[in-house]
Amino acid sequence: MSRTFLGMPPFPKAAAVSTRNARLRANLTRATHTIRDKRARAVAELDDWAELRQSGREIKDRTLRHLDHYLLQAEQAVTAAGGTVHWAADAAEANRIVADLVRATGESEVVKVKSMATQEIGLNEALAAEGITAYETDLAELIVQLADDLPSHILVPAIHRNRGEIRDIFRGSMARWGRPAPEGLTDNPAELAEAARLHLREKFLRAKVAVSGANFIVAETGTLVVVESEGNGRMCLTLPETLISVVGIEKLVPSWQDLEVFLQLLPRSSTAERMNPYTSLWTGTTPSDGPSNFHLVLLDNGRSDTLADQVGRQALRCIRCSACLNVCPVYERAGGHAYGSPYPGPIGAILTPQLRGLQNEVDASLPYASSLCGACYEVCPVAIDIPEVLVQLRERVVEQAPGHRLERAAMKSAGWLLDHPAVYSAALRTAGKARGLQPRRLPLPGPAKAWSDSRDLPVLPERPFRDWWNRRDDRNHGHTGKDDAAR
Amino acid sequence: MTSARDRILAKVRAALADVPPGPPDADPPATRAYRTAHTEATGPALLALLAENLADYRAVVHQTTSARLPELLAEILRAHGSRSVAVPADLPPEWLAATHDMTRLIDSPDLTAEQLNGVDSALTGCALAIAETGTIVLDAGPAQGRRMLTLVPDHHICVIRADQVAASLPQALPRLDPTRPQTWISGPSATSDIELERVEGVHGPRRLEVVVVSGRPQ
Repeated sequence: MSRTFLGMPPFPKAAAVSTRNARLRANLTRATHTIRDKRARAVAELDDWAELRQSGREIKDRTLRHLDHYLLQAEQAVTAAGGTVHWAADAAEANRIVADLVRATGESEVVKVKSMATQEIGLNEALAAEGITAYETDLAELIVQLADDLPSHILVPAIHRNRGEIRDIFRGSMARWGRPAPEGLTDNPAELAEAARLHLREKFLRAKVAVSGANFIVAETGTLVVVESEGNGRMCLTLPETLISVVGIEKLVPSWQDLEVFLQLLPRSSTAERMNPYTSLWTGTTPSDGPSNFHLVLLDNGRSDTLADQVGRQALRCIRCSACLNVCPVYERAGGHAYGSPYPGPIGAILTPQLRGLQNEVDASLPYASSLCGACYEVCPVAIDIPEVLVQLRERVVEQAPGHRLERAAMKSAGWLLDHPAVYSAALRTAGKARGLQPRRLPLPGPAKAWSDSRDLPVLPERPFRDWWNRRDDRNHGHTGKDDAAR
Repeated sequence: MTSARDRILAKVRAALADVPPGPPDADPPATRAYRTAHTEATGPALLALLAENLADYRAVVHQTTSARLPELLAEILRAHGSRSVAVPADLPPEWLAATHDMTRLIDSPDLTAEQLNGVDSALTGCALAIAETGTIVLDAGPAQGRRMLTLVPDHHICVIRADQVAASLPQALPRLDPTRPQTWISGPSATSDIELERVEGVHGPRRLEVVVVSGRPQ
């Protein structure tokens, strides 16, 4: 009943199509530019941002280095507080556990809080196959569900839709899922939000089972944390009798005090707010307040494989803020769907291939979905060096699949970049700024080693030729960016 | 057959072969060079900062004294056109001393979300507030009731005493009990899901009125 990312074409092919969609490009440019400026202001308010970022990075690294210890500690704390802990090695196991838990309640519908983990495992589709309807309650997830669409952004899954499209989706589809859209609904965002409120209220009031993810689990106390804005999270976490939370094993933080770091880093990076409107924290169950049955499903699904790579494991520091998507020149032009996974953008390009492996063409193409400009690393609140991991993953692609497939993917990426002058110039300019970091040689593994060992990389110029050319004569209207938009 | 738990833990341990065995304490602790607060304000200046940040996210802020609190609460309810108000069982009785002709729903385990859906306003205290971020924290403690009380009605009035205001998140966390269910509220419900522009008012209360009571606690 709903679409999945299965069978999507690899990034170069998908991007070649999506970059020609003018409306998608306009929607994405508008939204990402709005949020990136706001984020910069929110971050600039704190003169200790660098120190917070450093602490966030170190706390997450320390947690990952002792993940087995903290998982057991969290299990014990959640159990002691009245919760039940389940372990799921992969998506199929997690979906089985959730479906069985829902069936045990005798219910055939659940309300859902927006959750990347359940997107990742395809929970809604798995539940549907068992006759259980999952209602998405986050506004953007609702838009995606009503439109039978796919999410394209970590924070705002319907970022590729503008207000007019959202109005049409509400008018056309709400009635099939429950309360229809109000008569005469316009594209005013406040009216659209009101329509969502009315549509979902009856579902919240009758729901007996909710499914959520979590932004953090505090190992020492067994506390789960969900950060949100709309109140749909509070509804799902408070009103139903049974709550099932599916959480990746990397979401742990050791101590209650650690929240002071992450609850400063996350809202400012994500929605550019000092604090998001609602944060819910719960520890097991509380008599007569909130769900009386609480189940935590700890999900591996490729995370332990990711942990084994000493360079790549830093991707597990990610707190899903989506700041890297909002600054990425490739994401802005290609859109989220081109990444073939619920995790799009720069973080998706390093997370998806590590979680799913590099076996198929889609995942093997993702490490090339980048100009390595480094903007993602700069804004990352836990300092994930995404370009470093991308390069490492490219090496792994080469190692395991030498020959044509890689070459093809690389050439297609390059072809796409060359076809989009604005991205290309942005990539060149940032490369210029990173000259100090440039290695003299690019050590390629395997058979390519002999070739790379005997060749120095060309030195990056301070200013790319194109910039220099455009600036030397102002009357020669700069081409960068403009011809791109006209394509 | 081994359990998923054992398989996951074994894989995690194998993945961490590069980490010397031993408890996490064997690692140096994470550095914490960040500030414990971004303001040095105390007293009335701290209350003003809280009010400013609450208002910045579209909460309506009132400042008053304990003596004038009952009058102000009556006024707020009247101005909102409320005919019913949901309150925690242990609400200080003087808070509604000046409010008349108003149906009161008193929180109890039997009060349902359906009943709360028909109530105009909810009135509670809080556990504490954070000035720097404009946040109020509810933990189902004194004068707060259960979580659903402040969630289902469309209008939430929250009373904060001056001694409940912490400057920053790092100063607030040690004052909170992790075993209690908590809701941190920074302004009324909002969404940025349409073109990443913030719109106030989705599922939680669309109107949040905060009353900051200055002066010494009683």
